Amino acid sequence: MAKPAVLTHPESLKRLAGPSEYAKDPANASMSKADKIALYTKMARIRHFEQRCIRIYQQGKIGGFLHLYVGQEAVAAGTISLLGKHDHIITGYRDHGHGLMVGMGMNECMAELTGRVTGCSQGKGGSMHYFAPDKNYWGGHGIVGGQAPLGTGLAYAVKYMGLKGSCFVFMGDGAVNQGAVHEAYNLAALWDLPVVFVIENNGYSMGTSQERSTAHPGCLAKRAEGYGMAWDVINGHDVYEVRAKTAVALKRAHEESKPTVLEIFTYRYFGHSMADPDKTYRDKEEIKGYRENKDPVLLFEQELLREKVLTPELSQKINEAAMAEADKAAIFADESPDPTVADITKHIYWEEDNRGPDTTSRGTIIFE
Amino acid sequence: MAVISYREALRAAMRDELKRDDKVVIMGEEVAQFNGAYKVTEGLLKEFGPKRVVDTPISEAGFIGLGIGASMLGIRPVMELMFWSFSYVAFDQIVNNAGNIRYMSGGLINCPIVIRGPGNGGTNVGATHSHTPEAILASHPGIKVVCPATPYDAKGLLKAAIRDNDPVYVMENTILYNDKGEVPDEDYIVPLGVADVKRVGTDLTIVAHGRAVITSLKAAEILEQEHGVSVEVVDLRSIRPLDEETILASVRKTHRALLVEENKPFCGVDAQVAYLIQSRAFDELDAPIHRVSSIDAPQIYCKRMEDQQLPDVNRVVREALKVLA
Repeated sequence: MAKPAVLTHPESLKRLAGPSEYAKDPANASMSKADKIALYTKMARIRHFEQRCIRIYQQGKIGGFLHLYVGQEAVAAGTISLLGKHDHIITGYRDHGHGLMVGMGMNECMAELTGRVTGCSQGKGGSMHYFAPDKNYWGGHGIVGGQAPLGTGLAYAVKYMGLKGSCFVFMGDGAVNQGAVHEAYNLAALWDLPVVFVIENNGYSMGTSQERSTAHPGCLAKRAEGYGMAWDVINGHDVYEVRAKTAVALKRAHEESKPTVLEIFTYRYFGHSMADPDKTYRDKEEIKGYRENKDPVLLFEQELLREKVLTPELSQKINEAAMAEADKAAIFADESPDPTVADITKHIYWEEDNRGPDTTSRGTIIFE
Repeated sequence: MAVISYREALRAAMRDELKRDDKVVIMGEEVAQFNGAYKVTEGLLKEFGPKRVVDTPISEAGFIGLGIGASMLGIRPVMELMFWSFSYVAFDQIVNNAGNIRYMSGGLINCPIVIRGPGNGGTNVGATHSHTPEAILASHPGIKVVCPATPYDAKGLLKAAIRDNDPVYVMENTILYNDKGEVPDEDYIVPLGVADVKRVGTDLTIVAHGRAVITSLKAAEILEQEHGVSVEVVDLRSIRPLDEETILASVRKTHRALLVEENKPFCGVDAQVAYLIQSRAFDELDAPIHRVSSIDAPQIYCKRMEDQQLPDVNRVVREALKVLA
């Protein structure tokens, strides 16, 4: 039996509709009308990209595992929209939303899913391994929690170089029981590294609920206290709340070079991956409840309609454009060529890809 | 040219590179204040300060992963593992992350990280501290592995590793740390993937790496003195990349090959070398290839037996005579 839950959920989670209490928070009040429309557009683009993926997956064009972000959009949108030049991000395998948020194109993202050479990783990474280092996006990592030490290292590098920046390490609620995450917590706190660990708590580590996977369930962020780190819990259905509370952690990283653990309560509408029939561990009513009452994209749309930032017409236009963009990306992914057999042995070693006066190694490095 | 120890040669390489490139950071358990569990990093904290020489907690998955992450942004961490045996708790970071990120990103990222430390048996510490993972790690494309046997090679290979833009894993040997040899003071590197003929001969080629080179050189001397056999000893120095041409050239000259390593035999480095020789120099061989490896069991604690579990001079001589028969 799991221990009794000590629930430390944000009060605002109970909110079903109505204005966000964080609308006037400086992190949100500082946004212009255009900023807000841009943020809503990004959330809508994630939603429609992911929904388009489902159809392509069902057509058998996407192999392997496809972990969808539908329902969790406000997490990536709220956090990443705050970041600046020296702020970096890294995440696990549910990585499409973060990629679109940092500015990756739908074409390169979709083509990666269908294994095309035009994909962001030239068809070598797949759904779980998106990368865009030019946009400070360091993946896309397949092993649960394995990215936590890497992200801590990115923050270490930022600090070593004397830059005012941070690294946001995203992970699911299942990752908090991995040793690598705790080792990363310890190092981040011990060395005062500007890391923000973001637990995207969607309630299930694959098909295992928190009560069945985690001692002391109810508040995963609180484990930060064991390492002397600050923490907070956030209603991840309200993008304003995500921004308001994340801004505090970001400031802590920038001003004090101190880490934070944020637990953002969210929900995924589809299975762990498309390989999950989603029939054994939760009922349809639960999903329906979230879809109808707590959908982050709809809630933000309503918010912006109330603020008269959006009109129904503009919203429709934004959504139609996002759908059209996803449709075009699907065609692009379909029509792009595969990598070649010769491509299989490229991008293994920097030295092999960059032979020149600076490369000194010899000998055989790719074997027959 | 100064005569210094293998340990001092490694330290000299790190000192040179710390001076040359301010992105180089030494990191590991006990490397700074304690002066190194095996004193390899002795004095570096005093000379370079705590920003460049950093003590980590006992947390291999954490700090090795941190080093890999930092390397993606251009820091050049030189991470010490107190024993390569401890790499097993950081395996996901060492293999999945350092080894795969370049590939999975379609070449957008590289990890210029060095992980170094002793990876050897023979020190009477039992199975958990006596692993020799060079074959395991070198079997992963994306990773480079070197095993220096002499002070000269230790300095040259470590400097090359630190300047390399890919992950390079340097496997040292605690038993060699006090071995002395001539090492130039001036800057030089031993390029990765270049084997070294440590002894020239005509009748038999011995291929070895790490401390097995030293054992093989002693065996070669006995074979010469007591059996009148001229033995060539090829020191691989680098496991991946592998200098296949030097191995083949030697075998084409002597027509006989004995492969010696301190790994266990199954899928050892020499399994790959044996395949190479039979596939590209089969017609040159006058006798089957023989191997001398560690006796196939977890490392035994008992010192007297461990010395026999590892390839020793007598076993190398005995096996060489079989190849020559």
